[in-house]
Amino acid sequence: MSFSWTRVGAIMHKELRDYRRNRFVIGTMAAVPALFIILPTIQLIAANTTSRALSLRIGLSLLYMLVIPVTMPSVVCAYSVVGEREQGTLEPILSTPIQREEFLIAKALAAFAPTLVIAYVVFGVFLGIAALFAHPAIVSAIYAGSHVMVQLLFTPLLAGWAIWVGIAVSTRSTDVRVAQQLSVLGSVPPLIIVALMSLNVISESTELAVGLAAALLAFDLLAWRAVAQMFDRERLVTGRRR
Amino acid sequence: MTAPPASQGPNPTESVSALPSVDGSKGDCALGVDQLTKHFGDRVAFDHLSFEVGYGEVFGFLGPNGAGKTTAVRTLGTLIAPTSGSAVVAGIPLTLKNGSEIRSRISMMPESPGLYLRLTVTENLLCFAGLYELDDVRKRIDRALRAVNLQDRARDQCGSLSKGLRQRVALARALLNDPAVLFLDEPTSGLDPVATREVHDLINSLRSQGVTIFLTTHRLEEAERLCDRVAILNTTLRLIGRPADLRQQLFRRSLDVRLRSPLDDPGVLFGAVGEVEGWEQTPSGYTLTVTDPDLAAPAVIRALVRVDADVLSIVESHHSLEDVYLELIDEDVEAKRR
Repeated sequence: MSFSWTRVGAIMHKELRDYRRNRFVIGTMAAVPALFIILPTIQLIAANTTSRALSLRIGLSLLYMLVIPVTMPSVVCAYSVVGEREQGTLEPILSTPIQREEFLIAKALAAFAPTLVIAYVVFGVFLGIAALFAHPAIVSAIYAGSHVMVQLLFTPLLAGWAIWVGIAVSTRSTDVRVAQQLSVLGSVPPLIIVALMSLNVISESTELAVGLAAALLAFDLLAWRAVAQMFDRERLVTGRRR
Repeated sequence: MTAPPASQGPNPTESVSALPSVDGSKGDCALGVDQLTKHFGDRVAFDHLSFEVGYGEVFGFLGPNGAGKTTAVRTLGTLIAPTSGSAVVAGIPLTLKNGSEIRSRISMMPESPGLYLRLTVTENLLCFAGLYELDDVRKRIDRALRAVNLQDRARDQCGSLSKGLRQRVALARALLNDPAVLFLDEPTSGLDPVATREVHDLINSLRSQGVTIFLTTHRLEEAERLCDRVAILNTTLRLIGRPADLRQQLFRRSLDVRLRSPLDDPGVLFGAVGEVEGWEQTPSGYTLTVTDPDLAAPAVIRALVRVDADVLSIVESHHSLEDVYLELIDEDVEAKRR
């Protein structure tokens, strides 16, 4: 039986409906962006315009925003398999013709789409506030370097990594809370590289950003393959190894 | 693992092949299982299962907790890979490659309904209709809800439904794809008597529509009431057949005689009646093992009247499926002790 986007869509729609009625998910999706737009905006408006301090401040502010695509999906994805198992819905789903790749892609897309929308909207709002209230030198500094490109490029890639780590942890875990803690922890490593770039420890350039993005994309694809291999119907249903 | 104790009934495999499927067709069965075995490491979940289920048949799978019923259902539903043996499910050989194809032709309702409690009944069914890639989704959902009499609860959140209603939603979900085989795993587990009766009525109505049902349960009265044939499993298949046939195979026919007072010499009296093969005293009278109750009863009455016994009643002993089941399970316990 071939890969079916209808089945992927069925799970995705179900997930999005479920998110909308889940106070925990709504809370996470509202609180994380709110937190990570207030701090950088205040920092930026109050920033000193001397070039060295300004570059650091902008880097830090934008780094805050990259925490959104790491934190949000990892919290949501940590629930994706172990949560279904806990509420007894995993077995009925796995009893349908759905294939593991379809199931995993659906779960990933259901976390990826809202994450991307929220992260980009928050970044847009941040740019809007900066344009309206920050010193013109700050605004031009934001657009001058590769900050915007880094933001646009790394948001989906970091989200992708966080999603696969979250689903991998969820596939192996037996407790939702442990899964959430582990998945947030596992999502952080790529952010460290971006942080070193943002804070000018690794000197930021378009070539470096594209190179790192390509590496992260490769890791995302490898992570997807690894998660697909880890996803074993029998173990998930019975809790035993073959 | 100990060898299965000898049963008083026939070889399960032989009894299967001797029985035609319910729809009368031979060879073309909804489920064909041959020497299917599943081990989890050293532990045997079930061993060398062989049986067939005809299209339109309601087949009961009975056994104590841990007998391997749920594991067998999960294996036939392609959720678990068998260790050895083979099976054909809904006309498709049970292999890893055929998993999706088989799952598209069957439905499984696990013991717990497994509904998304924050979604409405319709939203739950919409999700599964998408997973089966069904056409005319709204029509199918309406039909499934009508079948379980839940049309008026379509917009209710599943979390607000009672346990019995959730079970009905799960049954509606299992009917969405018009399955060739419907696996019901303990469908009335944890339900009150009213909800249980509702589920029984639903299963009966599905049977009348010709749906093939594979029902696992440890509620014997449920199996007796609903199933055309039953199999008793305790890791190995112990017995298979129609409930009435199993009773006859396992228990000799007998008469229960109730008297106001005991007989002076029952051995002489019953020994003189040709149709009586043996007797034993019970608190209320005697149980007589007979060749044919219809012939034996009048002869026994005549003998009792001759000695002026006060006869309260003479009836043929009734053995329930529970008696059959307990007899077999007790045998297994005894065999393990030995």
